[in-house]
Amino acid sequence: MEPVDNIKNNEAANSQTTGSEYAIELRNITKRFGPVVANNDISLSLRKGEILSLLGENGSGKTTLMNMLGGIYFPDEGQIFVDGQPVSITSPKDSFHYGIGMIHQHFKLVDVFTAAENIVLGLEGEKGKLDRTSIRKAVKEIADRYGFEIDPDQKIYDMSVSQKQTVEIVKVLYRGADVLILDEPTAVLTPQETDKLFAVMRNMKADGKAIIIITHKLHEVLDVSDRVAVLRKGQYIGCVDTASATQQSLTDMMVGRSVSLNIDRPKNPDLRDRLTVKGLTVRDKEGVKKLDNVSFTAMGGEILGIAGVAGSGQKELLEAIAGLQKLEEGSEIHYIDPDGKDSLLNGMDPLDIINNGVLLSFVPEDRFGMGLVGSMNITDNIKLRTYRDGKGPFTDRERPTKLAEKIVTELEVVTPDINRIPIRRLSGGNVQKVLVGREIASNPTVLMTAYAVRGLDINTSYTIYNLLSEQKMKGVAVIYVGEDLDVLLELCDRILVLCGGQVSGIVDAATTTKEEIGLLMTQFRREDK
Amino acid sequence: MKAPLIRISKRDGISGFKSLMIRVIAVVIALMICVLLTFAFTGRNPIEVLSQMIDGSFMTSKRRWEFLQRTMILTCIAVGLAPAFKMRFWNVGAEGQMLMGGLAAMILMKFCYQLPSLLLLVLMALLAIVFGAIWGMIPGFFKARWNANETLFTLMMNYIATKLVLYFCTIWEGTIGTVKIGTINADSKIPEAYHKGWIGEMFTGNFNDKDYMWVVVIVAAVVILMWAYLRYTKQGFEIAVVGDSENTAKYAGIRVKHVYVRTMAISGAVCGFAGFLAVSAVSRTLTESTADGRGFTAIIVAWLSHTNPFLMVVFSAIYCFMEQAGKQMASVFQLNDYFSKILTGIVLFFILGCEFFTNYYVRFRHSKKEVSKK
Amino acid sequence: MSSVINFLGQLSTTLSFSITFGTVILFGALGEILTEKGGNLNLGVPGIMYIGAIASLAGALKFEGLVNNPNPILCILVCLLCAFVASALGGLLYAFLTISLRTNQNVTGLTLTIFGTGIGNYIGGSLGSVGTVCAENTSRAVKAYFNTLVIKLDELTGTFKIGSLIFHHGFMVYLAIVLAIVLWFFLNKTRTGLCLRAVGENAATADAAGINVTKYKYLSTCIGAGISGLGGCFYVMEYIDGLWETSATIEALGWLAVALVIFATWKPIRCVWGAYLFGLLSWFYFLIPGLFKGSDKIFQMLPYLFTLLVLIMVSLRRRKEDQPPASLGIPYFREER
Repeated sequence: MEPVDNIKNNEAANSQTTGSEYAIELRNITKRFGPVVANNDISLSLRKGEILSLLGENGSGKTTLMNMLGGIYFPDEGQIFVDGQPVSITSPKDSFHYGIGMIHQHFKLVDVFTAAENIVLGLEGEKGKLDRTSIRKAVKEIADRYGFEIDPDQKIYDMSVSQKQTVEIVKVLYRGADVLILDEPTAVLTPQETDKLFAVMRNMKADGKAIIIITHKLHEVLDVSDRVAVLRKGQYIGCVDTASATQQSLTDMMVGRSVSLNIDRPKNPDLRDRLTVKGLTVRDKEGVKKLDNVSFTAMGGEILGIAGVAGSGQKELLEAIAGLQKLEEGSEIHYIDPDGKDSLLNGMDPLDIINNGVLLSFVPEDRFGMGLVGSMNITDNIKLRTYRDGKGPFTDRERPTKLAEKIVTELEVVTPDINRIPIRRLSGGNVQKVLVGREIASNPTVLMTAYAVRGLDINTSYTIYNLLSEQKMKGVAVIYVGEDLDVLLELCDRILVLCGGQVSGIVDAATTTKEEIGLLMTQFRREDK
Repeated sequence: MKAPLIRISKRDGISGFKSLMIRVIAVVIALMICVLLTFAFTGRNPIEVLSQMIDGSFMTSKRRWEFLQRTMILTCIAVGLAPAFKMRFWNVGAEGQMLMGGLAAMILMKFCYQLPSLLLLVLMALLAIVFGAIWGMIPGFFKARWNANETLFTLMMNYIATKLVLYFCTIWEGTIGTVKIGTINADSKIPEAYHKGWIGEMFTGNFNDKDYMWVVVIVAAVVILMWAYLRYTKQGFEIAVVGDSENTAKYAGIRVKHVYVRTMAISGAVCGFAGFLAVSAVSRTLTESTADGRGFTAIIVAWLSHTNPFLMVVFSAIYCFMEQAGKQMASVFQLNDYFSKILTGIVLFFILGCEFFTNYYVRFRHSKKEVSKK
Repeated sequence: MSSVINFLGQLSTTLSFSITFGTVILFGALGEILTEKGGNLNLGVPGIMYIGAIASLAGALKFEGLVNNPNPILCILVCLLCAFVASALGGLLYAFLTISLRTNQNVTGLTLTIFGTGIGNYIGGSLGSVGTVCAENTSRAVKAYFNTLVIKLDELTGTFKIGSLIFHHGFMVYLAIVLAIVLWFFLNKTRTGLCLRAVGENAATADAAGINVTKYKYLSTCIGAGISGLGGCFYVMEYIDGLWETSATIEALGWLAVALVIFATWKPIRCVWGAYLFGLLSWFYFLIPGLFKGSDKIFQMLPYLFTLLVLIMVSLRRRKEDQPPASLGIPYFREER
């Protein structure tokens, strides 16, 4: 907890000195999570009245770094300066106090409240009464000054994502923020909405506000920012003026040189169509297209990599195939079994898929949220796939136990016991081995994996790569959704690149380059403008 | 940086012995408070109070059987709640489900006494199960279909059942004006109906404390069946998966809505069966207080037992022991009956509260020197 | 003609009963609304109403015994204060267990109901055995004081016959209505009310906005329990003429109060007419005697049935304003960082 007098001292300091050129300075910031270094000795500065882009791949540490300004995390080493003064930010409240407003990807808004109510929430007014007229006026003033479109009396649940974002931004401005941090604000916006946001950002800049925008999208970086800072794998790579940067130069900074990983990529000459997807379109609850007319074929005997920045539709794609998403009209998913029989998976739920003898395995992204039951032991988690086997009302315990033992021995899962420990208490790597082991054990025709090596150490990662290659050589069609381009390049045979829910390209992994994929990942088709 | 006065951190699992000890200590402290409270009200010495408490459940054969019977019926309701709670479905409607089961049993007992004894008993049990299941399925259906809040829904179903039972008590009242049906088939002047539908009638032919043996045996069987159902069957497995994560359940091909309705049917069925036992084996009649709040008590028992049917027997026993102890003290020390509820409440508060210490470490701040750090 | 007059007379009596009956559960429900708006589902309302009831009676008894010639107003204030404070302490127990010790809300609430029922009926039942005469006299005296504060709206507005019974009530009936309006104003028109609703809707968001979630939860639970307890006070002092009845009546009323909260979809003003409607349904059989045997029981079932219908309608229509507070019953613990 931050002692109150510390804040007071700084307030005094703030009123005395306002001469610093920089709104924010980060000096030698390091943040570790256990053995993982999320930010390593990063120094970064933000000038007053500029827009700075923070660029980097997934997991490069951008959000972690910004969360230290937002009061979510506290740096292990290093010092933060606001307006030239050293400060310590230990809570979101402190962050507000120093005039920093962070807009997270997940909005923190109360659904049944109006925009105005959310904007003033938690603030102490002069009177206890909620004076809606004056709040409305103040909100209107901010909106007019920067060009927002906002109806103070609209309820949040009636709003589009972009409107909610507007409320979040107005909220921090209402609280007097001079520095705004936007965490991937455009990820959820349409191109038109993005243009509007950028116009507002330019107005704010003109008003003297300093803005940091986190993004993956290069054309946006070039479009809106004054300078670009690049992070890669927790390291600070550099900072350049946008005027002197190009998409190519930024991609190079972001992805770095290819690193040779020496992952085996055996060739399986016997390729057969196993899964054909045509015109797949999926919308989320708000009606936003998450997948837009996706078509491809996954072949037995190859690993099809799927690349893309986070949230480009990878999750929806795999879930749609697994029967967990509602498909839009015109979508087709064909499954061709080893005998060559073609079955249409449209409209099937996971149970239908199982009952129709479709051998589809799926290692989902969120292990405990979807693939496993955290409170159950290894054996019961193995049982999740096979508990229906056999006649009668009882589950067979013998075979899952044997399988569990086999997976534990063969994949070297470190656990004191397969029956007594809830799987949640194992380390991430061991959990993933159990999950992948179970999915492979059901002898799939198609094996889908999402971020199968996320959070795992090098050795476990290689174990997983080898397992996938083994499956490929057995004739399984493997779909590998990954985030590390180096791995995708060496492990996969072909790579499908998703961008904003669309397929922006399918390339041969042996001949393509990291740069090419990097560009495809960020190349939005800016249609219907 | 100032450290907070009390730091709380989550324990990463706790040994069975330690968690047992925490609970035992909590119960002991609670009992001490109960004894002191009784001392404060009556001035009797604590040893005497304690021995009276024990006498309440164990002194005479009648009390022992009463204790056993009450424990087992409470266990039966709690066991009925087990599948719902395992699914993280807040079934607070056991009271109503039990009453509906009792209503079904009562109707058959009153009007179908011509049937052979065994057939009548089986039909009573079956109809009770069906009534209870229906009463459970209704909120299950609305939860599955429209996500209606199940806590509030099942709670309301209780009172509808209570009023329904009251209605039947009115139209079938034994002595005019009592709003009580009175003991059914108790009139030896009607030999073909005499003691029909009473568990025990088939074996001993009359009303006897030892008839409660059947309650014990039957509920013991229910406990074992439910334990096996939750642990070894496919459906039990599905319940556990749905309870932990709906998404994982869908991923594994479990139809979640279906499981909701099915599990609530089972939950209601067992509670309805408890109603059958209460009517057929204990009261031989039905009143609006046949459930007597036990549907709610069972929620506490089921929750404390972490849906383990065997532990439910233990917690039911603790509860019934406290209840009988309170009643005993009330009669010996001339307090009123409700004294037992105060004591029970205290014990339950302690058992509930002590869970916290099995899940979290609590440390107090001991140094203030860090304040000067700037 | 005389039958019409007779009917009108009965109608006004029924309406009058309904209002008195409704006021008991109105207090209970208003308190529970305040509690639930902070995200805590307190199923201990029946227990709390018992505590409030016995505290007011015992408080009055004690006060009478201490002071020779008690001032009526003072006497009533003592009564109300005892009910409020004792019930708030009951709420504090619940709050400590659920908020600080993180116990389950449903289970804790039900235990509180057992405990409160025990306290109320134990002390209430013992009052008689300690000295029946004394208890009777005191409670009747206090009842008389309550009667001096009957507000005769009918005399102010004219002499219409029916009006005389409908608009002729003890002050607590009007107090309940005022309380409902105050609660409505607090929840919808003040910043503190906004914060409280935010806590009940989305505690994490409230926390991020700098609201002290724990403080709000504690206060809303304790004050809410205090208000619910006033329902118990009203029940003993006015509804049953200042006597103690060792029975389960208050428990039934407490559950009706919980139902009323749902029926009113967490809105204080809707609660007022909902309470009177519930009262009317409970006394309706009085109006048409001999409709059919047991019809009173069927009528008494209607409040719960209506509440269920409202619950179903609310889930069907999904109108956000009618939903329970989004994090009702869900505990909030800020994750350790």
